Amino acid sequence: MDGSTKAQAAGTAKLVTRGVAKSYGPVAALQPTDLHVGAGELMTVLGPSGSGKTTLLQIIAGLVEPTAGRILIDGNDHTHTPVHRRDIGVVFQSYALFPHLTVAENIGFPLRMRGLPAAELARRVRAALAMVQLGHLADRPPRALSGGQQQRVALARCFVYQPSIILMDEPLGALDRKLREHMQVEIKHLHRESGATILYVTHDQEEALAISDRICLMNQARVEQIGSPRQIYEAPASIFAAEFIGISNVLRGRVGSRTLRTPDGEFALPAVPGGLTSGAPAALVVRPENVQLADSGHGALAGEVVEHVYAGSETRLLLRLASGTVFTLRLPAGVPAPAIGAAVGVRWPDGAAVCVPA
Amino acid sequence: MTVLAATGAGRGLRRRLSRTPLWGAAPGVAFLAVFFLFPVLRLLLLSVQDADGGFSLGAYARAFSTTVYLHVLAITFAIAAETTLISLLAGLPLAYWLTHLPPRRRGPVLLLVMLPFWTSALVKTFAWLIILGRNGVLNRLLLAAGLIDHPLGLLHGRGGVMVGMVQAMLPLAVLTMLPVMLAIDRRLNDAARTLGASSVQAFWRVFFHLALPGLAAAGLLVFISALGYFITPALLGGPHDTMLAQLIITEVQEMMDWNFGGALAVLMVAAALLTCWLYERAFGIASVAGGAALPDPRRPLRRLGLVLLGVTADALSAAGGGIAARLGPRLSGWALPAFCLPVLAFLSVPTMVMLPMGFTSSSFLDFPPPGFGLSWFRMVLASPLWRDALLRSLAVAAATGIVATVTGALAAYAVARQGGRWGGALFALFLAPLAIPRIVVAFGLFTLFARLHLVGTSAGLAIGHAVLALPMVFVTVLATFKGYDWHLDQAAATLGADRRRVLVLITAPLVRSGLAAAFLFAFITSFDELTVAIFVSGGIVTTLPRQMWDDMILQLNPTLAAVSAIVFVIVAAALLVAELLRRAE
Repeated sequence: MDGSTKAQAAGTAKLVTRGVAKSYGPVAALQPTDLHVGAGELMTVLGPSGSGKTTLLQIIAGLVEPTAGRILIDGNDHTHTPVHRRDIGVVFQSYALFPHLTVAENIGFPLRMRGLPAAELARRVRAALAMVQLGHLADRPPRALSGGQQQRVALARCFVYQPSIILMDEPLGALDRKLREHMQVEIKHLHRESGATILYVTHDQEEALAISDRICLMNQARVEQIGSPRQIYEAPASIFAAEFIGISNVLRGRVGSRTLRTPDGEFALPAVPGGLTSGAPAALVVRPENVQLADSGHGALAGEVVEHVYAGSETRLLLRLASGTVFTLRLPAGVPAPAIGAAVGVRWPDGAAVCVPA
Repeated sequence: MTVLAATGAGRGLRRRLSRTPLWGAAPGVAFLAVFFLFPVLRLLLLSVQDADGGFSLGAYARAFSTTVYLHVLAITFAIAAETTLISLLAGLPLAYWLTHLPPRRRGPVLLLVMLPFWTSALVKTFAWLIILGRNGVLNRLLLAAGLIDHPLGLLHGRGGVMVGMVQAMLPLAVLTMLPVMLAIDRRLNDAARTLGASSVQAFWRVFFHLALPGLAAAGLLVFISALGYFITPALLGGPHDTMLAQLIITEVQEMMDWNFGGALAVLMVAAALLTCWLYERAFGIASVAGGAALPDPRRPLRRLGLVLLGVTADALSAAGGGIAARLGPRLSGWALPAFCLPVLAFLSVPTMVMLPMGFTSSSFLDFPPPGFGLSWFRMVLASPLWRDALLRSLAVAAATGIVATVTGALAAYAVARQGGRWGGALFALFLAPLAIPRIVVAFGLFTLFARLHLVGTSAGLAIGHAVLALPMVFVTVLATFKGYDWHLDQAAATLGADRRRVLVLITAPLVRSGLAAAFLFAFITSFDELTVAIFVSGGIVTTLPRQMWDDMILQLNPTLAAVSAIVFVIVAAALLVAELLRRAE
């Protein structure tokens, strides 16, 4: 198809949003947003509730009309294409399975809308059911299925017509933790098998880290950072990114000459982020797993142990620094933890700390 | 550049307009504009014209020239106000009791309220005539028991009117306040108890306050319905209980004076609208459809309303506490059912007593019937007059059901999807036929239909009945949509279904039991409707209620009992099916 050649012409961007924004009166639900999603990519849109991620998804799906901006799919402008002609698949958090249709009829619905001949329709429905291993439940009504099975029907209904882009809105939000982890693997598998382009909305940072090619981190109706899970985890661009993803120790202060001055001491900065001049507010971010215990009086920081949090494979140690800031570090299983009230020191290797603007 | 930007904005607006679900309301809006708003507004115009169409205030001058009409207006207000007060006082405990019944038992008990609500006003009135008449059931029983020597004159006075009116209106009051009460979180009562309130205090201080919007709505609906009533006062009342609606009928049907009838109708509408406005100011009427909006205490009239209610609540709370203390916990627990069961009996027993009368073997309406037989039913079905009336009523009711369900359901869909300011305006429009007394709608339609040559046609009857049935359909379907998952529609759209296919393949099948219930409610509304039939049938095409009315004015006979039984069975069957469908949802 010429769609794919056009996509290549646009630098293999399957989906592009240019300055897409939505406001309800004076309230901005989404600030102008630019996004490039490559063909075959799985990008998660990650953020707390109210960060604009669902609005972005609904605009792309055509369920919400943007106040400004354009949406390009395969290089063609689809900003005002009606929902049913956009050829976008959406997996809803509530699954939105039609209760008056059987599982097979649900999966066949998009094919029926596209006027496929009956034989071809039946063949593809069977194949989709086999893909999610639900062939034996084809004639059941959706409500007779468990939550995980309903989720798989919703996925099959979406993949069966090979839409150009698949949008998933917190698709695993209603499942319990065990099932969610299992379904994450299944979605990754489906993604790899089908080569589909997927935009995946979630508020669960662990889920985003686990399944994404890239993460688009959102906060307060705008994009905070876009990057691979590793980039975002290891090199957060802001305090918000550092604190939203994983556990971070944040030491706030002001930039000096190649150092950061904080109430708990002055730290050498390996690299000052662009735009941060001397005296600007900034913070040093250190992941707990990079921090090691040192004897009292040694290391980069000194603190007092205030709490142990036992988590099986590790024990988290909470320290209170002189400034009152709480600092977390991880002790692997088997390492004895210092007693509560003990004065300890901590240190971290060069390059383990990242400086972000505050 | 500015021109470009302007056309761009215009295109955006056009796109939004073409996609808004509000279009669904268009058929209903057009229907109500032509067959409700226009004729009612035309009455206003008629009232300030003379017989030749010139401007004249003669009709009003005549209305205020003697005290006769003002006197009737005062009687109408007094009867409506008394009916409202009694209905609220009796309805509040009954509704409260219903909210506390376990849901499984609430259903059957609720049917005992629904059945009299939907039972034809004529059938109910006929039942009272049989029971309260000089040779009626009650007098016979009292004589047989030796309690009285001479039959009591129970009919043709204010007492008879109030009995009939309250029986007709009490179910409306209960069914209006019940949804608001059911929406109140029961745990609030427990919370009040743990905070130190006695059960009586908890009721008046917490439950009663939260139920106020429902009470206010119930009072309003009952008052407005009662304002336009004529069946009960005409058949159960005496000459001193003549209500405004009866005068309007006389002016239009016998005097042919449309202008003066118009003036009387305008007076009635003015009274109804003034009441609506005062109510809105004092209590807020958003609750008519079950939304529990609490009064905003900032406006002076609202503050007055709240203070009044607060004082009442305090007084009743003290009195209730005293009585409860006197009775002790066990007896006061029985007080509520002891009050409610007789009220339920008052609602349903008269009809039950009347039903066997149609099976009498006697030529008179004796109680108890000396023997039983089907001769009166055979006579009804053999009589071309009754048979035609029955068939026409069924056909008109079916047509009404279809027209009202299609237009009303589409409008409910639009409002449920859109909401917002436009949704609110549509909501008000589709409930408006409830705010205008039925007699005024019927009269207005009569003047319109006279021009369109629709008087004396089944089509005219069906149109008129559809106007009256639309609010019922609208509210029923809107309630169905409240629990509807709109993600299903969105999902169907993303899967490639255009708006029409979403509506036909997804939305409609999923709300079909609600639609069927709405159809049946519209069917019943039409099937036992008399007011429009009196004006629009023109004495040529007669419906079952119209024929009953004509017979009842002339003479009571066992034929009427047989017809009443037929009407009752058809309405009860339709109601039962509608309720079962609604439960199934």
